[in-house]
Formats: sequence, structure tokens, C-alpha cells
Amino acid sequence: MTNETFEPIIIGFTCNWCSYRAADLAGTSRLKYPPNIRLIRLMCSGRLDPTFVFKALANGADGVLITGCHPGECHYLEQNYKALRRFHLMRRTLKGLGIEPERIKLVWASAAEGVKFAAEAAAFVEEICALGPLQWGKPREEPSHREIEEVPA
Amino acid sequence: MTGGNGQKPVEERIGVYVCHCGSNIAGMVDVQEVAEWAASRLKHRGVVIGRDYKFMCSSLGQELIEKDIKELGLTRVVVAACSPHLHEKTFRTACERAGLNPYLCELVSIREQVSWVHTDRVAATSKAKAIVSGGVERVIYHAPLQPLRVPIHPATLVVGGGIAGIQAALEIANAGYPVYLVEREPSIGGHMAQFDKTFPTLDCAACILTPRMVEAGTHPNITLLTWSNVEKVEGYVGNFTVTIRKKARKVNTDLCTGCGICQEKCPKKVIDEVYEAGLGYRKAIYTPFAQAVPKYPVIDVENCIYFEKGTCKACEKFCPTNAIDFKQEDELLTVQVGNIILATGYDIFDARKISNYGYGRLANVFTSLEMERMCNAAGPTNGQIVLRDGKTVPKAVGIIHCVGSRDRNYNNYCSVICCMQSLKFAHLVHERTGAVVYNFYIDMRTPFKDYDEFYQRILEEGTLFVRGKVAEVTDAARLPGEEGKLIIQAEDTLAGKQRRIPVDMVILSVGLEPRRDAKEVAKLFGISCSANGWFTERHPKLDPVATMTEGIFIAGCAQGPKDIPASVAQGAAAAARVLGKIQQREIELEPVRASVNQAQCSGCRICNGLCPFNAIAFHEDRMVSEINPALCQGCGTCVAACPAGAISGTGFSNEQILAQIDGLLLLNIGEEAIA
Repeated sequence: MTNETFEPIIIGFTCNWCSYRAADLAGTSRLKYPPNIRLIRLMCSGRLDPTFVFKALANGADGVLITGCHPGECHYLEQNYKALRRFHLMRRTLKGLGIEPERIKLVWASAAEGVKFAAEAAAFVEEICALGPLQWGKPREEPSHREIEEVPA
Repeated sequence: MTGGNGQKPVEERIGVYVCHCGSNIAGMVDVQEVAEWAASRLKHRGVVIGRDYKFMCSSLGQELIEKDIKELGLTRVVVAACSPHLHEKTFRTACERAGLNPYLCELVSIREQVSWVHTDRVAATSKAKAIVSGGVERVIYHAPLQPLRVPIHPATLVVGGGIAGIQAALEIANAGYPVYLVEREPSIGGHMAQFDKTFPTLDCAACILTPRMVEAGTHPNITLLTWSNVEKVEGYVGNFTVTIRKKARKVNTDLCTGCGICQEKCPKKVIDEVYEAGLGYRKAIYTPFAQAVPKYPVIDVENCIYFEKGTCKACEKFCPTNAIDFKQEDELLTVQVGNIILATGYDIFDARKISNYGYGRLANVFTSLEMERMCNAAGPTNGQIVLRDGKTVPKAVGIIHCVGSRDRNYNNYCSVICCMQSLKFAHLVHERTGAVVYNFYIDMRTPFKDYDEFYQRILEEGTLFVRGKVAEVTDAARLPGEEGKLIIQAEDTLAGKQRRIPVDMVILSVGLEPRRDAKEVAKLFGISCSANGWFTERHPKLDPVATMTEGIFIAGCAQGPKDIPASVAQGAAAAARVLGKIQQREIELEPVRASVNQAQCSGCRICNGLCPFNAIAFHEDRMVSEINPALCQGCGTCVAACPAGAISGTGFSNEQILAQIDGLLLLNIGEEAIA
């Protein structure tokens, strides 16, 4: 599969109050973005269990977009900060697994930011296209000198 | 944890309904193909019927679902249509009518997320199939839920005593229910109490406002709490516990008669930055204005000579009823309310930010609020329109619109009231001084009843209009006739040239901004602000006074710039919403809540600190955590954080989401099956 014909599958997590509404607004404003992204609505980005992200990647997604309210604007006061913390942990874990941490991305989008949502979704599809298919669990061509980073338990 | 994977035997009977939404969805998605695909390819996942219909939300569309539930014995329903924020309730209610628990219905969006945002019909149809598949996998794990019922406390808290808050309080009080009206200034009245005339009728603001203020102040159902702040809000819709700080007035209101002698005798004059907009003075003990409600003064501790130096007490000496109490302390009040209305108003744009207009540097540049006070017969100049020296009557006046509004450098939005306010000033200046008046505007915005007629009237009065943005206000004379004047340099876009117009006085029609502390207030009450800082309504068109937080309503300029009629209408609307809730006596809450499986809980207490609503209590005796379902708002952070997996979130359980992921990835049938 070459990158020109590669159509990645991306799972997007949205929160009920801001980013899902941003996606709604992108729709009502008829903004266009590529169809590679499939959304799941959570009540809050704080609900995002890292299991969801790893399961999505393990089961065939090439990237995961995590979205939530802007810092300070969370409907549940500050739960998006928890999502932010988990995001950094998940990136480190991915790195430890030998997977490009850029396959997960965090975007804050308020209910008024349909334009931002569409632009970020489009940009992420391009970024994942550049990374190529994930092929989780399939043998990869590893450079022999690959450094193995110590990941503290 | 189980996911879809096509492993679990499915006993459910699922109906899939794909909406055309006219051509809104059908124009980009082959809806018939999606419905047929679901019925055939997801058959092994329990889908027994797949239908498409022109408008699923229509009564005929809903009947279709109801009929299938009854005749085909459906146990789950998936509707692929618009956003759940629009029609989730519609389809849940349809299911309920047919005897199916409403929470066994899943609405997936193929309009906002597919047909409206994509341009390739084949790809859009494939994505719609994946989304339907995700919905089907998820709905298998839906559980029948019962909405939580909680009682509604009949009292209401109204925060902000401007016209919107007063209106809301009066409506509720007149319906027979108790209201706490909290205002942080010493008197209610808000910005409207500062105004002289109101557009377009030019009736006097005080004449129409003060009767309302008095009514609110004397109403048996209204507890007026001025000079007070809300400190803490706990609880949830129907059952809020609010802590209010009643700041020490240093005046015993049981004894004070409001005679005003203390204010006469107080030797300390202070510039009144709030009510007089910096143009006039008040005393250290003061009521902001003569018709203040309540009539009791407050001592401004920061400026009082006694609190500064320990001597003076002039007010105490002259008070005929011994009402002055220097030892009075702040009082903390706890009240129970069922609903809260926030009508906290606006601040005006700080004109100093636009330094080229010279406000604060050039004496005779005024803001619109200063102008309101100057026009007011009870104001610092007794209604005389004069220059900063207090006596010279201007011969030429320039009014600049859109100061801090519709300007990328400051605020993008239109402040709504400034055009009409500027026209009002044009009329008042013309009438009272005979001066030549120039209005510098970008666009003239005079919608609403009788507003444009007012504009026509001002045009006929001979006010001059220059269409274009003002570049600068300067006192540097370049041409003959400009000496000693303020020169307004502006682009006249209709004449297509630059103009320099010398005037004696400049009025900046400053825009409205959210209160400086709007974000903190929003946080205190658990509501959200737009990027600009205005409080966010539940729906911009269809639900303008409710917020995303149940039981919290907004009214007036706190929600966005608006004029007096609109503020009053919103105040009344918020009151109507609250009254509706009170009269239900009980309210149904979304049963999206987390709960702890006590057998699995290890008592690690990780979840305890994560909950923003303090809904999780820890039982020391049994070493387990428990969630109060009425306090829980259903964010699910604790569910995601529980290391033992002991917390589950109804409506958004791990099983539901993991299954939806698998469904979206088409693990149930294989990705290639989508084409």
C-alpha cells in the first residue's frame, strides 16, 4: 500500500459539550474535511479511558484524535486537564511500544469553533497519511540500531 | 472487558432507521443502500430491519419506528439522522410511546458528521455505514435506565439587580414564590439607573425604572441582598445551597431611616467611579443615588476617615437614630434555592485602549457612559452638556460609533446598542446646546420596533453623518480654524476622501464587554462562557436563557450585548422557565451517572479527589467509595480513572464505548465489507 492510495481510519473522541458541538457547527456551517475520521461522543474528555485509545489503535485505527473543551472552559470545571495528563502518558506509552506518538493528537475546540474543528481534522488526516498505515501487531522493518528507551514503570 | 468483535451472541432485535432529511442527507449519502446494508450485513449482530425514510423526525417517521417496535418486537433502535443534540429526545420519546425504554435508542449523526462535511458520495456512504455499525454495536450494550427524580425547592436566587434581574425577580415573586435578589452594589438598578433618556421613545430611564426598583424592594416575596456577593454554590438543580456574603454596611438597617444626614455631614469626598462614571463625587458614607433601593447607605471603609485614622465619626454624631455601627462585620448567609438566574450585566469597553482616540489624554473626549451622566438632570452637571471645565457649552460635537466593537483589534462583535445610543446623544446635544453634531459610523444598525423611525427623525433634525472609520482624534492643529479644537480625522467612504473635522467635544460610543470577572462567576455557578466571555446559552436560537447546567439560567447582557427591551424580555423568559420548573415540583434528571460496584472497590480513593462536584463520599467503616447520584453530573472521569474498574458510567460504559469503537472499525464484519 503506497501513501498515495492510503486512506487512514481515524477514531475521534469528542466531549458532549464543546468539541462535539464544534463538529456539529462544522456541519451546520457546511465546512468540508476528509471522511477518514469517525467520531465517538463522550460526556467529557475526562471520560477518555486510555484503553479506548489503545483498543482503537490495536483494532485497526491509524490514528486517534482526542478533543475537548478549552482549558478553563470544561463543562465539568476541570476534567479536561485530566485528559491532558492522560494524553501525555499515552504518548509516552506509544513511544515505549515503538509506535509514533504523533498517531494520537489532542485538540481543544469550543462549541463555537467549527472552523477549528474542521481544520484540525483535515490536518490530522494529512499527518496520519504522512505516517502511513499503523499495522499494529504486524512485523515491522526495524532499523538494527534502534534505541530502546527505558520507560519507568 | 468485552467489545463487539462479533463474538458475543446477540439476543437483541435491533431496528436501524436512516433518515433522508429531505436532501440534506440523501443528497450526499445513499441512504437506501445504508439501510439495506445494515439489514443484511449486520443481521448477525441482531439487526432485524433497516429502513430509510424522508423525514424520520416527522410524526409519520416516528410512527414507523413505533410500529416496528410493537410488530417486530424490537428491543433496540438505532436512528441515523442529525445530531443527537437536536433529536435524541424526539426518538427516545417515540420509543417510550411504543413501550420501549427510551434509553435503548441510539441516535447517530450522519448529517452534521457526514453529508454536510464531505463531498465524495461513495466515501460519505461508506462512512455512514461505519457510523451505523458503531451505533448498532453500542446499542447492544445499552441498559434500560430510569430518569432520576429530584424535588425542586420553590425559592430562586437571582444574581444581579439590573433591569433584567429585577424583572426576573418580580415575575417569580408575583407568581407567589420566594426570591433572593443579590446585588453587589449598595443599590439595585444597574446600568439603567445611570441613564437619562431611553431610546427610541426618549422617556426618562429613572421614571420607568424606579417604580420597578421600589416594587422589588418592598415585595413580600423578595429578599433583597444588596452590597452582597455569592461566595459558594453547591448542589444541583432543585437543591442548590448558596453561601452569600453580606458585606458590612456599617449601618444598622433596622434603625436607619434613610434620612441622608450622614451623607451631608460626612467630610470625605470620593470620586464616584461606579455610578457617576468618574464625573462626580460621593461621600465616604453614601447611597449611589437619591432613589436608591434600599435607601440605607453604606460606609466605604477604604475611604472613610475613621477607618483610616481612627477619628471623625461625624456620621455617628449626627445620625438621629444611632444607626451607624462601625463594628458591624460581614455576615455569611446560607440559602436553599431550586433554581438560579444570572443577570450580572456588562462592563463598558475601556476607551483608553484605543490611544489614538485620546480618551484620558484629551480632556474633552468623553465616553458614552459619562455622557449619560452628564445628560441626566440628577447628574454631576445637572443635565447641562458642557466641556470638562464644567461651564463651556460646545458648538460642535463629534460622536464616534463602534469604539471597541466590530474591530478586529478589540472585539469582533457588534455591541448592538451603540448606534441607537449615539443617535439619542445626537438628539440630546442638538436639543440642549444647539451645537452642530457629527456622527461617525461604519454601518447604521437600527433594527427593532420604532428604531429606524428614530434614525429618520435624527436625520431630519440636521445631524450630520459621516460614514467611515475614525483614524484619530487630536488636538494638534494643522489647518486654519483648528486651533484650540479637537480634530477628528476620518475616512468619508461615501465622499471617497479623508476629512478633518474640528469639534469642541468628542463622545466615544464605547462597546459592551463581559464583566471582568465573568469567567470566575461562570466557574462558580458551573456554566460556560463563549470565547469572548459572554455566558453561553443552551441553544443560540431555541433555548436562549437556559444554560448547559440544569437549574441555572441567564438573562440580560451577561449573555451578550442587548438593549433594555431585550433584557427585560430575557428576564421574564428566565423567570417563566424557572416557574415552569417550580410548578413541576419534581424534575427528571438525565440518568447518565456513575456508580461504584462496592464489591469491586478497593478503597484506593483515587476517584475521590477527581470529582469536581464532590459527589464521591468515602465510607471509612467499609473502606469503599460511593457516588451520590444526584450530585454526579456524569462526566465519567472517575470511571476512566478507577484502577479496579469498579466504577461504571450509565449511558457511557466501557462496554458501550469499546463496542462502538469496534463497530466503527467494522470489526464485526471486516473493513472490506463496507464497499
